[in-house]
Amino acid sequence: MIQVTGRPRALVDVPLHYCPGCTHGIIHRLVAETIDRLGVRERTVGVASVGCSVFSYQYFDVDFQQAAHGRAPAVATGIKRVLTDRVVFTYQGDGDLASIGAAEILHAGARGERITVIFVNNAIYGMTGGQMAPTTLEGMVTTTTPKGRASRVEGTNLHVVELMAGLKGVAYAAREAVTSPARIHKARRAIEAAFRAQIEDRGLGIVELLSTCPINWGMTPVDALAWCEAHMIPEYPLGVLRDTSAQKEGPTKPKPPGAVRPKQEDTAGHHGEARHAYP
Amino acid sequence: MSRILMKGNEALAEAAIRAGCRAYFGYPITPQNEVPEYMAAHLGEAGGAFVQAESEVAAINMIYGAAGAGVRAMTTTSGPGFSLMTEGISYLVGSRLPCVIANIMRGGPGLGNIAPAQGDYFQVTRGLGHGDSRGIVLAPSTVQEAVDLVTLAFPLAERYRLPVVIAADGILGQMMEPVALPDPIEPPAPPEWATTGAKDRERRIISSIYLEPEELEKHVAALREIYLTIIRDEQRWEAYRTEDAEIVVVAFGTLARVARSAVDRARDLGVWAGLLRPITLWPFPANGFDISPRCWLAAEMSAGQMVDDVRLSVNGRAPVEWYGRFGGVVPSPGELADVIVSTAAKEGVAS
Repeated sequence: MIQVTGRPRALVDVPLHYCPGCTHGIIHRLVAETIDRLGVRERTVGVASVGCSVFSYQYFDVDFQQAAHGRAPAVATGIKRVLTDRVVFTYQGDGDLASIGAAEILHAGARGERITVIFVNNAIYGMTGGQMAPTTLEGMVTTTTPKGRASRVEGTNLHVVELMAGLKGVAYAAREAVTSPARIHKARRAIEAAFRAQIEDRGLGIVELLSTCPINWGMTPVDALAWCEAHMIPEYPLGVLRDTSAQKEGPTKPKPPGAVRPKQEDTAGHHGEARHAYP
Repeated sequence: MSRILMKGNEALAEAAIRAGCRAYFGYPITPQNEVPEYMAAHLGEAGGAFVQAESEVAAINMIYGAAGAGVRAMTTTSGPGFSLMTEGISYLVGSRLPCVIANIMRGGPGLGNIAPAQGDYFQVTRGLGHGDSRGIVLAPSTVQEAVDLVTLAFPLAERYRLPVVIAADGILGQMMEPVALPDPIEPPAPPEWATTGAKDRERRIISSIYLEPEELEKHVAALREIYLTIIRDEQRWEAYRTEDAEIVVVAFGTLARVARSAVDRARDLGVWAGLLRPITLWPFPANGFDISPRCWLAAEMSAGQMVDDVRLSVNGRAPVEWYGRFGGVVPSPGELADVIVSTAAKEGVAS
C-alpha cells in the first residue's frame, strides 16, 4: 500500500518557499518518502545546490551541506569518501548540474561515486529570473533568448541522463516527470532505485525529473504541466536508461558479461581495501 | 629524534598524514606533484581517502565535503590551480570549515612557468576568494619548517574554523633536506558541527548563505572578531641579527634563506644588517617591527607585493626600500648582499 497522506519523517514541517505550481515540492516529498522507506534518515547527508533549490536543506530533516554553484557532486564525493557507510545525495537544478557543474557531475559518474543525484530539469534558470538553461528547448523564449533559442546561435539542449547512462561508473540513470499521479509513481520508483544503486555499492544513481516553472514560463500551473507533457517529454524521453541491479542480482552470479564490469567496480569506488594490497 | 632526508613535497605529505589528515583531494600541477603522488601511495595505509580530482575546482569542493564531515582534509596546488580554488576557499570560510591548502608557488601571471616564485602573495593574503574572506597563511623556509607548519596548520584551522594556507615555493617543494618527523597522531573525533548523519540528535546544516543583510552582517562581524583575534594572537616571525641592525631586510620563504646569507655578507662588508622573516604572511607580523633600524629593505620573489605590508607595519617611521626578482628568478646571496650595501649607502646608513 502506498501512503498518500501524512508528512514523511524526513521532511520538515515548514512552508516551502517555492512559487505556486512549482513541482519542487512534489520532488522533495518523493525524496523524503524514499529516505523514510529505506530507513536511512539518520545516516543520510544531503548536498544542496545553487538555484531555486538552494534552500532545500531547510526542508529535509537530515544533515545537509550547501555547495557552491555546480559543485554538489564534488562536495558529495568528499563526504562519501570519508563516510563510506552514509547515504549521500545531491539535489540540483539544470543550470547548476548541466551548465556550470557539467564537469563535476560527469566525473562523479565516471568515478562511480556512490552517491545519488536528484536532477530537476525545468528547462530554465528559475531563481535568477528565467534565463536560458543548457536544457532549454529549441525555440523556447527565455529572458536571454528573447526571440526563442536558435541552435545556430545558442546551441542545442543537453540530454544529461543519456550522457550519464554512457558512463560505466553510473549504476542507475533514469528520466521521469512529475506531471501526473501516474508519472509521479514512476518517479518515486526511479528515485528509490537511484538510492539503492548507492546503498548496494554499485555506483552513482541519477534521476532526472522533468519539472515545471510556471512563473518563468509565463503560464498557469495547469498550463505548465500540459506544456511539459506536450513539449518536454517528446524532447526528453522518459524511462530507465541504465540499471545495473539486474546484472548484480541476476542468476549468473560468478562473472557476468566478460571481466570488464567487475574490474571497473573494483577500481571505481573505494580506495580502502584494494589499495592495501599495494606495498 | 632521528632525521631522514626527504623532498619538501613528500615531507609535507608525510607530515600531514602524521598530523591526522585523512582526506586528500588534488589535481596534478607542477611543482607540487609529489604531494598527490605520495598521498596516493600512503594515505590509504592510514585509512584515509585520496581522490585525484578532475580539476582544482572539484578538489577544493571535495575538501569542503570532507571537512564538513569533520575529517582533517588537505589539498595542494600551485598558482594557476590556487586561482581556481579561491571560489571554494570563500565557501569554506563562509561555512566556517577548517582545512589545509598548500600553494607551492610558481611564476605567473597566467601560465607563467614552473620555476619558484612568490607572486601569489596578494592572492593568499588578500584574495582568498570573494567576500570578506581570510585565512591564516604560513610560509615555511626550510623543509623542516614545512613539516612543523603543516603539523601546526590542522589544529590552527580547527581552532578558528577557517582554512589555513601554506605558502611555499617550487624550491621548497623540490629540494631535499634532513627532517625530523613528529610521531603520528590519531585524528580527533568529528566536531559537534560536522554533518555525519542526524542519528539521535537534531540535523546539522553547513551553509554560507545568509539572505537577510542584517543576518549576513552578524555572520561577517563574527568572522571579523575571529580575524582580529588571529591578528592579535597568531603573528609569527623570526628575527635574525636585528638587535643592532641599521638596515633590516624583510623576506620570507626561500628568499629568507638567501637573505640570511646576504645579511652575513653585508655585515662582513661593514653594513649592520639584520633579517626579519615573516612566518605568518597573514596575519603579517607587524609586532615584529617594534625595532628602529634606520631603513628597511623588503625583498621578495615578486614584483612588489609584500612591500605594501612592510610599509604598513613600518608606518612611516623609516624609509622602506624594495628589491625583487620574479618570473622564477632567485637572487643569489651575493646579489642580495650588494643590494643591502647599496641601499644602506643610498639611505645614508654608515658602512
